[in-house]
Amino acid sequence: MLQFLLRRILAVLPVLFVVSLVVFLILRLAPGDPAAVIAGNSATNEDIAKIQVQLGLDRSIPVQYGIWMGNVFQGDLGFSYYLNKPVTELIAQRVEPTLSLAFGTVILALLIAVPLGTVAAWRMGGWLDRLLSGFSVAGFSVPVFVIGYLLIYLFAIRLEWLPVQGYKSLSGPSAAGPWAWMRQLILPWMTLAMIYVALIARVTRASVSEALTEDYIRTARAKGISETAVLLRHALANAAVPIVTVVGIGIALLIGGVVVTETVYAIPGLGSLTVDAVLNRDFPVIQGLVLLFSVSYVLINLLVDLSYLVLDPRIRY
Amino acid sequence: MNNLQRLWANGSVKFGVVVLGTMILVALLAPFLGTVDPSAMDSNFINKAVGVSGQFALLDGSTVQQTFWLGTDSFGRDLYSRVVYGARVSLGVGACTAVLALVLGGGMGMLAGYFRTVDAVLMRFMDGLMAIPAILLAIALVAALGATISTVVVAIAIPEVPRVTRLVRSLVLSLREEPFVEAARALATPTHIILFRHILPNALAPLIVQGTFVAASAVLTEAILSFLGLGLPPDIPTWGNIMAEGRVQFSQYPGNVLYPALFLVPTVLAVNLLGDGLRDVLDPKFARRGA
Repeated sequence: MLQFLLRRILAVLPVLFVVSLVVFLILRLAPGDPAAVIAGNSATNEDIAKIQVQLGLDRSIPVQYGIWMGNVFQGDLGFSYYLNKPVTELIAQRVEPTLSLAFGTVILALLIAVPLGTVAAWRMGGWLDRLLSGFSVAGFSVPVFVIGYLLIYLFAIRLEWLPVQGYKSLSGPSAAGPWAWMRQLILPWMTLAMIYVALIARVTRASVSEALTEDYIRTARAKGISETAVLLRHALANAAVPIVTVVGIGIALLIGGVVVTETVYAIPGLGSLTVDAVLNRDFPVIQGLVLLFSVSYVLINLLVDLSYLVLDPRIRY
Repeated sequence: MNNLQRLWANGSVKFGVVVLGTMILVALLAPFLGTVDPSAMDSNFINKAVGVSGQFALLDGSTVQQTFWLGTDSFGRDLYSRVVYGARVSLGVGACTAVLALVLGGGMGMLAGYFRTVDAVLMRFMDGLMAIPAILLAIALVAALGATISTVVVAIAIPEVPRVTRLVRSLVLSLREEPFVEAARALATPTHIILFRHILPNALAPLIVQGTFVAASAVLTEAILSFLGLGLPPDIPTWGNIMAEGRVQFSQYPGNVLYPALFLVPTVLAVNLLGDGLRDVLDPKFARRGA
């Protein structure tokens, strides 16, 4: 068991190395000298040269990568060119809205998708099943922001049930109550959950329907236990591994969706920070965010892999 | 029944071909579909409603009688003309991205599958690239390379490359063990001929299927990048750019965001369905694996 844990964790290291390399090289690819950007318009050549030495930009690329990684491990992601603040500070300020958006979306998507997929598998070929297969193709063809604007149009502009845009914080000096927080997030959650529901429901349907053909389901039914118990305790429990897997893989989609959804709903989170950073060509911030998002994605999937041990007692690596 | 007839018998393929074909015709015939220059703006026609018509001033100073089927935007440009011309850019970006991703991914997949020496390093690199969420990688690449049509195509294609590479690698790994490849090798056939003449044609069907899915996601990603203001320059009419422009005044004029979607969504749906259908017909083995 310990050996498995160790092997799995070690396997993540080369992935993280490549991620850091790519993220580092993207900054190097960018035109323009970061030292000149930091020094500003009125700087002399000596000022720029001094900053170059300070940042280590006069060293070779591998050395620069080493310096950068060293800083990253100490929790230093550099300084924003544009806002002149540490990148980590900028990120810390924006974590709450993004986590609120992401967690709520995953929970909402699971609450909709798992029952939907299970029932579709149970009554395969029925109307719900056909509806689901149509919905899942559509879910991958409608961009997140179109869904977002349709929902805004319907629920915020036409019906005026929910606020159009914005975010109310749960913590900090300007904290609003949980109800105000939730009201702001209902539409973003629905928007972002759409693709995720399509993804999870499809996999749930496939794996539950496979489980339903197993002998132990026939045995369970023969024992005379209720159909609900057959579905939940026997079929769904055995279909858990692929469902959890697709939730992990879907995090990549979720992260892309967060960037778009935060822009549509004017939520001041990490996604809108990303967009602002790109518009301002603020490369240390872009670098820090891409690194943060990718590392989170990799680590979440590591957790998913480890969860198999709990979900499927047969798995003993 | 030959392959073409089997394809046409498939409902998804039929829908995909008809809708996509219409969209391609619209893109090609854009100047003849009652459009005006998509970048011409007339300050007398700012934010006009659907169906308004009048004497519209063109860039060269002449005027023309024009009916604004989809209204006009906040610069006084004809939305209908912009959406129709936008089909050119969106479809073009989709097609170019798919070709580029297939060429890069196909090449690297063949290298990794055929030459064991590069396999491990190349595939670890691909794993790392896949760990960066696709839209984020595209955004970062656009930021680094600048936004022109060719850099946007490259930026959207690169995140798709690892998936294509993995697919081609696994195909090559099984094909290289086939007797006909072994025979070719025994006859001292040069490696590049084995790869391109013997292995590639057998990997073509799944590659085409993958290519359609890449094209669908490329059209979406281009729209998303432009919508965020990070894609092609705003004066180029693309569906994403038109929506980005309409975003600011969405509550007064929702049409500027929603009308381009009426073109974008059916296009992506058609390409996705085409891919599903092609997969079912051309590549039944792959279909079962993917399900």
